[in-house]
Amino acid sequence: MRFAFEFLYLLAAVLFIVGLKFLSSPARARQGNSLAAFGMVVATVTLLAGLVLEPEAGPPHNLGLIVAAIAIGAIAGAVGARRVAMTDMPQMVALLNGCGGGSAALISTAEFLHLSTARAGADTMFGTIIGSISFSGSVVAFAKLQGLVSEKAINSPVQKAVNALLFLGLLGLVGMLGFSGGGAPAFYALLGVSLAFGVLMVMPIGGADMPVVISLLNSFTGLAVAATGFVLHNNALIISGTLVGASGTLLTMLMCKAMNRSLANVLFAGFGGTTTAAAGAAAGGSAKPFREVSVDDAAVLLANVQSLIIVPGYGMAVAQAQHTVRELADLLAKKGVDVKYAIHPVAGRMPGHMNVLLAEANVPYDQLFDLDQINPDFERADVALVIGANDVVNPAARSDKASPIYGMPILDADKAQHVIVIKRSMNPGFAGIDNQLYYEPRTSMLFGDAKGAVSKLVEAVKGL
Amino acid sequence: MSAALMAEIWVFALAVFVGFEVISKVPVVLHTPLMSGTNAIHGIVMLGGVLVLANAHGPALTTLGFLAVVLGAMNLFGGFVVTDRMLEMFKAKKQKQPAGTGKP
Repeated sequence: MRFAFEFLYLLAAVLFIVGLKFLSSPARARQGNSLAAFGMVVATVTLLAGLVLEPEAGPPHNLGLIVAAIAIGAIAGAVGARRVAMTDMPQMVALLNGCGGGSAALISTAEFLHLSTARAGADTMFGTIIGSISFSGSVVAFAKLQGLVSEKAINSPVQKAVNALLFLGLLGLVGMLGFSGGGAPAFYALLGVSLAFGVLMVMPIGGADMPVVISLLNSFTGLAVAATGFVLHNNALIISGTLVGASGTLLTMLMCKAMNRSLANVLFAGFGGTTTAAAGAAAGGSAKPFREVSVDDAAVLLANVQSLIIVPGYGMAVAQAQHTVRELADLLAKKGVDVKYAIHPVAGRMPGHMNVLLAEANVPYDQLFDLDQINPDFERADVALVIGANDVVNPAARSDKASPIYGMPILDADKAQHVIVIKRSMNPGFAGIDNQLYYEPRTSMLFGDAKGAVSKLVEAVKGL
Repeated sequence: MSAALMAEIWVFALAVFVGFEVISKVPVVLHTPLMSGTNAIHGIVMLGGVLVLANAHGPALTTLGFLAVVLGAMNLFGGFVVTDRMLEMFKAKKQKQPAGTGKP
């Protein structure tokens, strides 16, 4: 019997690995997700069957509570996931990740109380610390993306000193619990300090860097889950947690690479905070001239060009304008305009987010182009239409060594013959950096929120 | 160090390599669904909560276990549903393409 259960766990683990493999290929990604979900069913049934059929120490307690808890969590999770808008996906992933981290921390705490010893094992402490950091950090990330707390980056020496103190405190508590035996008070202190550390770690990081932070916290939760696997002596938890920890770490590094930044820079530099001052100064001296264009003029221009490259950004997603944008693109295509979309790797708020949003609006896949594919085309394009994108088309990233985004790969929208930028105002974007592109002579600004402006454009093009 | 712990460390070490290897060639388009998918997989922590709850004596441990299962289940079910919703759109577009080319 025992052997059969172990074998089924192994089957579940294989399903997770194959599922992950499929998840990284466009054609089989959905299948991969289903495979992983099926693996989860196998693992859950195996565990429950093992509890009932082969109890280790008497019959299991709380079977009713177990079923109730699973039902509550399943309904809350599934309904929330069904209802959430595609634009709010990053927050949702942050929140779900926080749930996982919190769960791991609670399990480690329960095991510590269960054993009721003065010392705590390395696995218990690791699960508690990382799980708590992941929980509170994810909640802060959620609050920042949801706009509940300021998205601004903070870069103060006081805050760094507090973080360093908390970190030293953590080390001290770990030493106490591991060697001299601090008992329950030390354990609760460990829990509290870890939670505070998670908050203070994420709080200073600017909204633009949240995707990387969520990805990092995702791998943290994986490692915390692996630790609970050690605590509970369950291989399925160890394998799944470690898989996520490792792949999440790799994914985090890939995201940093897409922004040409190091992880340390993302976590500690207070990116965006230092530059708001500079941007403010630039806005203060806002005598810099720019050109404004009317909807009708823009419509005439767009309808009479050969090639158009649309650069969608987060502003488009926030305004839910992707359907209207596709309508405009379809209209223009009928008039013989060659329409392409240029997708920056970090457009939207998570890598690949923009592809999902455009897919939702049924934009044909073959019109979407990656940065490397599309950049040579900008020089030949008649118009680049920038909709709610900012930092990803800022030429300062190529030329201005002093700019905080210097070195980040950008879309060369400024090389097109004409650039039309749809934007609500001249305010700097997400990273708080002023954009030279808006002051270029071939750039025209079309003010308005993405959806309103694009639907006016649609009307104007129809009327031509 | 017990043999069981050593075996667990083996499992851990090998899983690290598998985790790195298995997603090393993921296209940028799939980064978001992949993050969400891995997020769902660590929802397996729900099972840890079940183990705690099944061995829980007294109100404190029962409460902790119950909360751990609820949070874990949210992570698990929410994670898979969100990921499926994202990937559904990639699929829908694939079906659209032949229809679109068939029109003119």
